[in-house]
Amino acid sequence: MTSWEEIKTQITESQVWRSMFRHGYEDTPRNRILAVSGNVWLHLHPSKVRKHGVRLKFTWCMGGITFLMYLITIVTGVYLMFYYRPVAQYAYADMKYLEFDMPFGMLMRNMHRWAAHAMVIAVWLHMFRVFMTGSYKPPREFNWVVGVVLLVLTLLLSFTGYLLPWDQLSIWAVTVGSNMARATPLLGHEGPFADFVGVNPVYDARAFLFGGGEIGPHTLLRFYILHCVFIPIVTTIFLIVHFWRIRRDGLSGPPL
Amino acid sequence: MAVAARVAARRAAEAKPKAPSDDKIYTWPHLVRVEFLVALLVIAGMLVWSLLVDAPLEEPAAPTRTPNPSKAPWYFLGLQEILVYFDPWHAGVVLPSLIIVGLMVLPYIDTNPKGNGYYTFTERKYEILTFFLGFHVLWISLIVVGTFLRGPGWNWFWPWQPWDTHKVVAMSNVDLPFILGFREYWSQAAVGLCLIIIYFIVGTAAMYWWIVRKKGRAFFERWGGVRFGLTVFLFLNMIAVVVKMVLRLGLNVKYIMVTPWINI
Repeated sequence: MTSWEEIKTQITESQVWRSMFRHGYEDTPRNRILAVSGNVWLHLHPSKVRKHGVRLKFTWCMGGITFLMYLITIVTGVYLMFYYRPVAQYAYADMKYLEFDMPFGMLMRNMHRWAAHAMVIAVWLHMFRVFMTGSYKPPREFNWVVGVVLLVLTLLLSFTGYLLPWDQLSIWAVTVGSNMARATPLLGHEGPFADFVGVNPVYDARAFLFGGGEIGPHTLLRFYILHCVFIPIVTTIFLIVHFWRIRRDGLSGPPL
Repeated sequence: MAVAARVAARRAAEAKPKAPSDDKIYTWPHLVRVEFLVALLVIAGMLVWSLLVDAPLEEPAAPTRTPNPSKAPWYFLGLQEILVYFDPWHAGVVLPSLIIVGLMVLPYIDTNPKGNGYYTFTERKYEILTFFLGFHVLWISLIVVGTFLRGPGWNWFWPWQPWDTHKVVAMSNVDLPFILGFREYWSQAAVGLCLIIIYFIVGTAAMYWWIVRKKGRAFFERWGGVRFGLTVFLFLNMIAVVVKMVLRLGLNVKYIMVTPWINI
């Protein structure tokens, strides 16, 4: 009879196990550090953190929850992309198809939408927490700036996604939301000083955003690419910088 | 000996920063465990939420049928609410830009070394109060107003009132120079422009006087003119939103300045 301990030893010392996990299995300080620094996902963290960085009372875990929401929208979003065509004559029908005929289609759509809303709320609360703990103070000033960019990108991600269902709610919310581009000073045809620049309804900031004078099939494709490809790539790049900076500077508090 | 040791101990206690010093613990397992548990709970919560509440899907897009009211996504409704008080170029372009820029420069204009890494109100009173005014009082509460209290025609409806599309609201707003007795077009424009310039000059002077009185001239020298200028400009622009709201709601003021190009 082999005991459990022996089986465990055999597994953790087998060639297969050791090829995957470079660090030893024993719970030693060295292995605790290697578990983080030797793992591509976990090494987003520093190997040691200040005690208050673990306390929920301090961090509210809001940055982590924002990132989790981002991951949920990516997973559910890819699922939705299998069934959705960003073409005006198909988009709405695909939504119905997705809701009523696809396995887990409604659940995936719900999770995608609610996670997107939750992400906006979580990123605001994260900013509020970082402000309240003064965590933007030296040496983390620049990471706060990166965070503000990520906040704007979060709103843009949510906003571009708003159009895709191609229902009344989407097109009118996006119409109202992008009216501001029409009113941009100099660059929008209804904005101040538009006459001096010579912009017009089909050639101004909003037309550039829409791909035409008003919301139409061209806008749907444009927002789809922005929503599914362009902004996620930019967001991921800024996220890498954001996490890297936290790893370098430690989580909150004056420099050591 | 004993006295020297006591003095040394007191000095050490005084020198000890309030913020946590080197009290590091291992990420694995302490932080990873917390993150894992929170992630599990949040995912479970999201699943329940998604099973219980369906995402909205209205009838197909119809570019010729404008709903009344047409509302932007909820997180932009604070800005849409500001449209009641300002023209779109200000409420929709200038103000959001100033909010973004203001947030970005925050770590560079706030040079208070205290409150770095711990919660405190007394050591950062004015920073926190300003943030509360901008974030909670203006941004959040205007979103609440825009989401729940605005109906057809962007008129005010309490939640228990039915949305009456034909609600009549008196359009009695007039421009501030008109109220002040200026009837001619260009004199109104000039008066409006003067009022705005005076607002910024008086505001800047008041802030300068207040900071020097509160913090002393030495602080001001350290802080620098650029930081002061940025802070005052951003702060006065934020207060201007409140001022305009008070003028509109209290005195039915439409614009403060009217020119052929821009109205404020």
